[in-house]
Amino acid sequence: MTEPLLKVRGLKIGATIYPPGEKSREIEIVHGVDFDLEAGKVLGLIGESGAGKSTIGLAAMAYGRGGVELTGGEVWVNGRDVLKSPLRDKRRLRGAEVTYVSQSAAASFNPAKRIMEQVTEAAISQGKFSKQDAEARAVALFEKLGLPDPETIGTRYPHQVSGGQLQRCMTALALCPEPDLVVFDEPTTALDVTTQIDVLKAIKDAIRDTGVAALYITHDLAVVAQVSDHIMVLQQGSMVEYGTADQIINNPQEEYTQALVSVRSIKHIEKEPTDTPVLKVENVTARYAGTNFDVLKNINVEIHPGQTLAVVGESGSGKSTLARVITGLLPPSEGQITFDDHVLTSGLSTRPKEDLRQLQMIYQMADTAMNPRQTVGTIIGRPLELYFGLKGKEKQKRIQELLDEIELGDGFQDRYPAELSGGQKQRVCIARALAAKPKLIICDEVTSALDPLVADGILKLLLKLQKVEDVAYLFITHDLATVKAIADSIAVMFQGEVVRYGPKSQVLAPPFDDYTDLLLSSVPEMRLGWLEEVIAHRKMESAGN
Amino acid sequence: MHPVIKLVAQRLALGLLLLLAASVLIFAGTTMLPGDVAQQILGQGATPTALANLRAELGLNDPPVTRYFNWLGGVLQGDLGTALTNGRDIAESIGGRLKNTMFLAFWAAIISIPLAIFLGLLAVRYKDKWPDKLISAVTLTTISIPEFMIGYILVYWLAIKFRWFPSVAIMNDSMSLLEKLNAIAIPVIVLTLVVLAHMMRMTRAAILNVMQSAYIETAELKGLRMLKIIRTHAFPNAVAPIVNVVMLNMAYLVVGVVVVEVVFAYPGMGQYLVDHVSKRDVPVVQACGLIFAAVYIGLNLIADIVSIVSNPRLRHPK
Repeated sequence: MTEPLLKVRGLKIGATIYPPGEKSREIEIVHGVDFDLEAGKVLGLIGESGAGKSTIGLAAMAYGRGGVELTGGEVWVNGRDVLKSPLRDKRRLRGAEVTYVSQSAAASFNPAKRIMEQVTEAAISQGKFSKQDAEARAVALFEKLGLPDPETIGTRYPHQVSGGQLQRCMTALALCPEPDLVVFDEPTTALDVTTQIDVLKAIKDAIRDTGVAALYITHDLAVVAQVSDHIMVLQQGSMVEYGTADQIINNPQEEYTQALVSVRSIKHIEKEPTDTPVLKVENVTARYAGTNFDVLKNINVEIHPGQTLAVVGESGSGKSTLARVITGLLPPSEGQITFDDHVLTSGLSTRPKEDLRQLQMIYQMADTAMNPRQTVGTIIGRPLELYFGLKGKEKQKRIQELLDEIELGDGFQDRYPAELSGGQKQRVCIARALAAKPKLIICDEVTSALDPLVADGILKLLLKLQKVEDVAYLFITHDLATVKAIADSIAVMFQGEVVRYGPKSQVLAPPFDDYTDLLLSSVPEMRLGWLEEVIAHRKMESAGN
Repeated sequence: MHPVIKLVAQRLALGLLLLLAASVLIFAGTTMLPGDVAQQILGQGATPTALANLRAELGLNDPPVTRYFNWLGGVLQGDLGTALTNGRDIAESIGGRLKNTMFLAFWAAIISIPLAIFLGLLAVRYKDKWPDKLISAVTLTTISIPEFMIGYILVYWLAIKFRWFPSVAIMNDSMSLLEKLNAIAIPVIVLTLVVLAHMMRMTRAAILNVMQSAYIETAELKGLRMLKIIRTHAFPNAVAPIVNVVMLNMAYLVVGVVVVEVVFAYPGMGQYLVDHVSKRDVPVVQACGLIFAAVYIGLNLIADIVSIVSNPRLRHPK
């Protein structure tokens, strides 16, 4: 039997953590992982944040990010144990035999250097190609990856190309030195779904055509199913299940894997609209100061009491701007917003306190939406004091009620945000919004930064709270699976306009307009061969036109 | 118009405005000084008539605003006025002095700036190891000791014990460049030691800040050497803060060398200014103040412009 390209045995990885107010201590984040990867094959590493998947991926390059240390085990690449080799040999491995594609190409490209220089740098400095050959190779890769103007795109600076294009440039960067193995670390997670599908296809084709092996790291099982031969499921630094892509998707053995496969299967039946909407947005047009184009163009939507309007669209479609207009942060240039029975003033400063109370907000980044120096009790107690004048025992009692409602229970009042997990933080933000007893909560991408299972929990909680508190949601998201799970009505936004609007059952049923069709068909589905089907279908359609 | 040109033009205009404001402050400040120039010139025994005549002659009876604009008009035509004490043309006297100060500052800058940046890079490369700590300790020590003290210590060792360089920095036009450099060696070393720490620490901090970026990790994962990563990937992105500190220190080299010039009896601007402040020679003080302000504003302007130009987003718009 031939030696595999990558052989990992008993890999243990540790890190030093610095908990607030305590002494720093060593913890183990990967507890002995074994796997093999044959040349030219793709292994998907899947798990939630903290599962150790990126850390394992980087261990294949004998690299520990930040304070991470590779404490035990063996990593064999091309028959050499790279963990034990001296730094000089590790440097020869990196960028020559094993290369890396990161999640955020925008951050991983040096802003001060041209793309071509960065794409060819490793190949040249590792002595794999001459400058001329490396550049020719880069141009060929740009072309293969479907980048526009492959001959000249390398002369641009990173900020001069789009996010999806830069992610492909990063793939070219990784493939340029003709490596044996590429570590893809969430390469499409930061992209819009319609962009993701093209980048995914480009990466898959490039892997196939160059015969390179790959570790494909992601939290999205539907994505990894499209590109991998094998999949390894990780949870908290240990392997849960390993198998072929087919087996993991269609016949998962472990409970955890089954949960991952069946995630986002919340069934929510839409409610009938009532007679009077709680919020009515009429003919709203808005632009940011100092710009000369409208970010919102003639928006008309309404939300009914105790129901959810999902606003869905890609980045730049104006969905968050709509939230800013409704909250009064950005006064509209035209149109008006009716809340309950009266017209809201356009600016925030002129709104009565009662309007402010009735309209609350939850944000995407729970981390930055809370004061890290305040306890959970103080954070939730603040609106109770502000709007209802509660003090002392009464306030404590209400805080505890709210904590029970968000399923956090006792002992959380005195904790600081840093001591909570991502999902718990978002729950505290929900409790803070609920504390004001609002009629409408604007949820801006509240589940986007969370792992799928945690996000599911938050969605279920939001649905439960809606029933109990009879609160309406304006739910802003780019994720159509979330929309299906929570919405009663849907507005699809594209370039500042609502292109499709109505009850969920209508919006998600054919016939579709072009954009909604593109958006819906781009959402990865949890089955093998989906990517090829969609691409083939699109080719056929464009040939037919 | 290219955004860089627009931004640079804005900065230049702002710089001129700032200089104008500085001229107002300098004029107002010197006008408010206690004491009477005429009295100072003529001495205690002057008759009231003589004093009145001299005041009229010097224009001291005009309202301050008129005097300011007369002065400003002269300055704009290159006329800095005449010194009250010796009746010489100020522009002429300052010319030679300014040249000497610039000469000293130039050589101190030539040595200290590359040295500071190199030491900063080295400190980053060996962060928290002994070279980093040694560099920090030495530069912090030299910045903490008053410069006249360093001056005297160096004079004792380099001039008196080893007799390598002269203890007084006296120059004249007949000296060759090498002789001149020999004359100013000790003051240059003193100035270098004084400005080194500031620039070195800023270089270190700015580059360490950039070293946190994801693109540095990308470079590491390309298998590049640490020193190459610092030089080619980190430094270009840390230029703006470094240039700012470098320019502040260069301004200090020109404007703040008074003490060093006095210690070494060096015929530069600083000594000239100190001499004439003690003699209440207001036009000279005003002229020196204005030149110092111009140097400060000019160097900071350069720093601003370098920051703008070093930003690829501004240099290469979408």
